[in-house]
Amino acid sequence: MSLINLIRIALKALQRNKLRAFLTMLGIIIGVGSVIAMVAIGQGSKQSIHDQLSNMGTNMITVQPASNLNGGVRIAGSSFQTLTIKDITALKANAQYISEISPAVTSRGQAIYGALNWPTQMSGVAPEYLDIRKLTLKDGIAFTENDVRTAAKVCLIGQTVVDNLFPNGENPIGKVIRFGRIPFQVIGILSPKGFNAFGQDQDDILIAPYTTVQKRILATIYYSNIYTSAANENVTDAAVAEMTQILRDSHRLTAAEDNDFTIRTQQELIATLSSTSGLLTVLLTVVAGISLVIGGIGIMNIMYVSVTERTKEIGLRMSIGARGKDILMQFLMEAVLISITGGIIGVLLGIASSQIVTLTLKWPTIISESSVLLSFCVCAVTGIFFGYYPAQKASRLDPIEALRYE
Amino acid sequence: MSKKILEIKELRRDFVMGSETVHALRGISFDVNAGEFVTIMGSSGSGKTTLLNILGCLDKPSIGNYFLDGVDVKQLSRDELAQLRNHKIGFVFQAYNLLPRTTALENVELPLLYNKEVSAAERRERAIHALESVKLADRHDHTPSQLSGGQQQRVAIARALVNEPVMILADEATGNLDSRTSYEIMALMQELNEKQGKTIVFVTHEPDIASFSNRTIQLRDGHIQKDTRNENKRSAKEVLESLPVTEDY
Repeated sequence: MSLINLIRIALKALQRNKLRAFLTMLGIIIGVGSVIAMVAIGQGSKQSIHDQLSNMGTNMITVQPASNLNGGVRIAGSSFQTLTIKDITALKANAQYISEISPAVTSRGQAIYGALNWPTQMSGVAPEYLDIRKLTLKDGIAFTENDVRTAAKVCLIGQTVVDNLFPNGENPIGKVIRFGRIPFQVIGILSPKGFNAFGQDQDDILIAPYTTVQKRILATIYYSNIYTSAANENVTDAAVAEMTQILRDSHRLTAAEDNDFTIRTQQELIATLSSTSGLLTVLLTVVAGISLVIGGIGIMNIMYVSVTERTKEIGLRMSIGARGKDILMQFLMEAVLISITGGIIGVLLGIASSQIVTLTLKWPTIISESSVLLSFCVCAVTGIFFGYYPAQKASRLDPIEALRYE
Repeated sequence: MSKKILEIKELRRDFVMGSETVHALRGISFDVNAGEFVTIMGSSGSGKTTLLNILGCLDKPSIGNYFLDGVDVKQLSRDELAQLRNHKIGFVFQAYNLLPRTTALENVELPLLYNKEVSAAERRERAIHALESVKLADRHDHTPSQLSGGQQQRVAIARALVNEPVMILADEATGNLDSRTSYEIMALMQELNEKQGKTIVFVTHEPDIASFSNRTIQLRDGHIQKDTRNENKRSAKEVLESLPVTEDY
């Protein structure tokens, strides 16, 4: 029997019991609809959590000079000087998994404006640093590559420093402050970030070109840190491995020697991120599975009733030439049509209800194609799986008995 | 002599019921030629139903041979039997067995849905033609519940005709109908037999109905008791005309 005839026969059989077919479908509709809507809400909230965490710089990687043994005494890494312009050049030339890179040197000192002063820290960095640390400017402009080349005496100023040096609400932009003995022109104000998890004030900072800090304040050619950002969170590990190799080559370390630097990532943040989304995915998969199984049992139940109720019809069909296979395919097709139609309606319902959630509750939702595709496929499989036994029962009926069935 | 449609040789059918073996048919032989109108009669337990199932290729003989249009039924598998029924037999049942909530036309089309060689257009055309030949051309879109018993049986006859079978096999086809409608059905059967040359095997227990056929086979306890040609066949049409018209209308 051709597929078209098969579909035609199954459709006609379903049409004879429209309400029942619809009620059976309802199980699948609700199952699929809720899966789509939940995944959409889950994905939406995952995305917003992700965005928030990314703002904290989840893909930031820092390089520090390592602590090292020196005559049996361990020397703190920060007092060790190994990172130079050569490393930056090597990383820029060879690393594939990192998108941005900035050296950093720091100096503590007194910031002075007029009669006011404030003890703070100056970071000497490249312009990319703002991106790596996800810092933004509230006002003014950032310094440029040109300022780095000329070791320009310009700086960006954190909110805490602004509050202490300009307490009367003056606009600091364009003003000249001193850091130690060196005058700096304030060209931008950083957006406040508040305190970090360890109680450090992230706004108590001055940022200047690293060349300026190196040449005019510290008189050094070494960096205290190198900040880079991985192209995305997923390649962080690859980026670390790659950077380790590049830095080892750059420092001419033999295989026997330990690294003279340490590379740190934001592992904790990344772990939180993946565990949150992982838990969400498992939860939704379980809910999806349960609801579709319940829908499937509904189909199986109705198909069994239907086979018993239509025993006489099956007998008739067999007597006029339907083979067991034809009967099997007919009932299987009915089950699949119910589940697929239910699946389509469920997908539409799911999309509609997640739109409603977005519009009324302002929750972000993302409808993922994979969840639509997956639940649709699961529907078809559910139809075949739960429709098979009743269909097989029908196909094995003896035509003589079936015809006499009352 | 015209072509043999049915050839039955020493046919036996036994059923095993627990420890007992029931001999439903104990050696039956007869032939039916093309264009014959045969009634098979017998009381309950005579083996009538068993014979009918075998004739309809729903069941196979235990011993003996059955050739339908030259095909040895005994050799066929379940699926091949289904195909044989589809191509060569038109069933008419006592209870009509029409699909509920399905139009007359779709009911008639049903056997052709199981025949791959028939296209959708041809299927429709043949179903319309079959309905015309049972004089229900104006009832295409009626569902069984909108038709009288006689009309339903005529739809069932159209369904039996639509695959152009070599034999129409009727099982107590008038059993559920009043006598007037029964005569109408018999008149239709006679017309199909005489004008279109259809071979008809009609199973019944009413001698009245048997008198409309050319030949009657009487079964008793699994044997053929009598196989007689009906010399003075009655015309159902004439009987119908002689009935008083007033009662029903």
